[in-house]
Amino acid sequence: MNQLTNAIGRDLPESIEGYGKVRPFAGAFATLPDMPRQAPKVKRALPSEQKLVEDIETVFKQIPIKDGMTLSFHHHLRNGDGVVNLVLAVAAKLGIKNLTVALSSVFPVHAPLVEHVKNGVVVGLDTNYMSGPVAQAVSHGLFPRPVVMRTHGGRARAIECGQLKIDVAFIAAPAADDYGNVNGVEGPAACGSLGYAIPDAQYADHVVAVTDHLMPYPLSPISIPQTRVDYVVKVECIGDPKGIVSGTTKITRDPVGLKIAETTAKVIKAAGLIKDDFSFQTGAGGASLAAAYYVRQMMEEAGVTGSFALGGITGYMVEMLEAGLFRKLIDVQGFDLDAVRSIASNPKHLEVSADFYASPFNMGAAVNKLDVVVLGATEIDTDFNVNVVTGSDGVVMGGSGGHSDAAAGAKMTIIVANLLRGRLPIIKGQVLTATTPGETIDVLVTERGVAVNPNRTDLYEKFKAAGLPLKTVEELKILAEKMAGVPESITTGEKIVAVVEYRDGTVIDVVRQSK
Amino acid sequence: MDLRRTMLFMPGNNPGMLQNGGVFGADAIILDLEDAVAPQEKDAARLLVAQSLKTVDYGTSEKVVRINPLDTFARIDIPAIVPCCPDAILVPKVESSEDIQEVARLVAVAEKPGQAQVKLIALLETPRGIAEAYRIAKADKRVVALAFGAEDYTASLGAKRTKEGTEIFTARTIVVNSAAAVGIQSIDTPFTDVNDIEGLVADTQLAKQLGFKGKLSINPRQIDDIHKVFNPTVQDINWAERIIKAIRKAEAEGAGVASLDGKMVDAPIVARAELILYLARLLGLAEEA
Amino acid sequence: MNELKPAQAGTLESNDIMITMAPGAQGSGVIIDLESIVLAQYGPAIKQTIAAVVAEQNVTDIYIKAVDRGALDCTIQARTLTALARTGVILQKELI
Repeated sequence: MNQLTNAIGRDLPESIEGYGKVRPFAGAFATLPDMPRQAPKVKRALPSEQKLVEDIETVFKQIPIKDGMTLSFHHHLRNGDGVVNLVLAVAAKLGIKNLTVALSSVFPVHAPLVEHVKNGVVVGLDTNYMSGPVAQAVSHGLFPRPVVMRTHGGRARAIECGQLKIDVAFIAAPAADDYGNVNGVEGPAACGSLGYAIPDAQYADHVVAVTDHLMPYPLSPISIPQTRVDYVVKVECIGDPKGIVSGTTKITRDPVGLKIAETTAKVIKAAGLIKDDFSFQTGAGGASLAAAYYVRQMMEEAGVTGSFALGGITGYMVEMLEAGLFRKLIDVQGFDLDAVRSIASNPKHLEVSADFYASPFNMGAAVNKLDVVVLGATEIDTDFNVNVVTGSDGVVMGGSGGHSDAAAGAKMTIIVANLLRGRLPIIKGQVLTATTPGETIDVLVTERGVAVNPNRTDLYEKFKAAGLPLKTVEELKILAEKMAGVPESITTGEKIVAVVEYRDGTVIDVVRQSK
Repeated sequence: MDLRRTMLFMPGNNPGMLQNGGVFGADAIILDLEDAVAPQEKDAARLLVAQSLKTVDYGTSEKVVRINPLDTFARIDIPAIVPCCPDAILVPKVESSEDIQEVARLVAVAEKPGQAQVKLIALLETPRGIAEAYRIAKADKRVVALAFGAEDYTASLGAKRTKEGTEIFTARTIVVNSAAAVGIQSIDTPFTDVNDIEGLVADTQLAKQLGFKGKLSINPRQIDDIHKVFNPTVQDINWAERIIKAIRKAEAEGAGVASLDGKMVDAPIVARAELILYLARLLGLAEEA
Repeated sequence: MNELKPAQAGTLESNDIMITMAPGAQGSGVIIDLESIVLAQYGPAIKQTIAAVVAEQNVTDIYIKAVDRGALDCTIQARTLTALARTGVILQKELI
């Protein structure tokens, strides 16, 4: 078996069984698109035809869903989702086998998937993030084929460009009408933006809206239009609201996390970015969200009006919109009830699709307009490559999500992290699983110092002039190891259990079976 | 004089907090063996603080240990802690000069040959401590500061502790005066409402106005705001530089007296200007002369 | 060794280690049973740290159960010493 080495020095086989030929990562912007958009077959609906069907089983029989198909789902119902389990239970009941599940993020609630794999109902998984029993099962080598891990932007690209061909898209619809119009802002399972569902609806061969809240025709607002929906199914319950959105996402109280967040805001200021039209994306919790608090204070002190905040939208960003600190919010996913309320009622709060948010192969995604993004990491190495897929024990516990996309698009990408997580140093010589390449990561902020990527001498000079506590990433690594001791390396098995694709479809790394 | 704008309490039996103590930029870290530690864990905290003093890097923060009072565990704390080279010991519930002298004696016995002398900071928390403040301040050369603890004090008075602090006004000025009479620092009581930043700033401003040189703190989130209050402002620094310039001009011209803005510049004013510039340079807020 | 009693020190909080000791029969040796959230990365190092402290205190027969939540060496040393003292071992002064 021939090996090739990709642009960040990872050795990869030329092809992987159950995946195919490996196109190695060549650089964040090195690989160009070379295909047209794929197009599903054109259909027609007679004026008399009804879309509303009795149950999911009817859908399976009418399409019909066969062995080996790819079924897709979005993850806007997060850990409260009920649709994936519902649909796969029907597949199992009907004796269908060898399905590929393209679910944009996998949560603990999706644990029944493990049984379906054991029983041969499901053989393949295509996702951007995994947590819980499924992630553990993947790491222990349960799946017969390697899992394909993408970014949020990469999944949209793969769907548009034909690398991820979806036979049937099941769209969990918080609200729908009998002709298939869908939105995410009404109903007991309201979740806000349906950004990750939109590419599926546009390109799948068959689209099924599954709702527990049927509204009179015509529904408004419309996030997914009737023209792309084949079937509408009403069920008891599509998901548990408590698992979908939290009340409000809270800023960390951990004093070290707050210190890191405060330093992050100082970094942003020193870079000269706190000025009118400032645009910003940050994570939903921990030090990332706390950074928003300090950034807000700086914006208020400087009397700045930002252009937009992007993401993953939380109540905190909604507050900033309502306070006039940003002109608009660009929302691909809502994290709490405030985000849902705002998107439903405020025309300045925009719902966008996953491809608008982050796809690398279109005429410009929203991430391209970002000044700053603040992100986390499980590990970072001395080349600034970041791991967000595997934990320090080698078990899968995450995935890029929008990480690589935002890092590539933003003018300045900041990773916030405690130098030690528990006892574990966050800086390695080489990360276990590379997810986001170092060339797109500019700054690492820890509680014991700030490291700047050597390719950003412009930032280094600014930070030095501002008196920020600068250290090289190697110095921080040595400090961490002095405090905690040098950790033993994790050994893994041989079998490749997941292929980590960069946003452009090239392979940036693989995950091997954990021991 | 050492900077003690903030002195941050860290619970002595909490490894996570002790190992991160140096991160918050406080002028002093107080590793607490007393109120933050349950009676049955005093031994555990003592050993943990001892090990932390030897291995944790607290950066430029002064390493202070609050031992237990003489009538409980001080006599076990001191021999365990002093050889680990803390910079200072915070003695709680000090009520007399004899208390300080006894502690100083125990510390001297416990110090290793060649070890830098361990300083003492007396925490006055009772009416008797306040009444004896001056005698306590001059009880031993090791004493570098008097600190005031208002929570226990108001409980002893039978008065209600309030944010604006009228009930502790006199005790505060006694502490400031007693310390100043001996030429040492005074440190104010902590502001206990962690969520009230405006209240913290107002309380710290009052402390500064009364003459305190710093404040005890119970939460890292308070550090930056307290520093902002105690730091010389740009106006302070500009004023001080003008004073020094006026003095130098007068000296150069052989004039007996200097004046600025129509006011005479006498010794106390020069002293205040020099202190401001000293602080400013220490904090990197002004260039070296 | 027979005068020593079982004892415990430390907590299950993050960055701490809970050490439980029971005196061992003569000749049983130092047995360390370790559970840790960072077992793969620091397991051997943690055992070594505990063993070194025990050896320095001249204890030869003891059973130690340790549940680690990511404690640094100084914490492991402190908790081990505390547990030893609580079993009745008179600690050697010069640990410095």
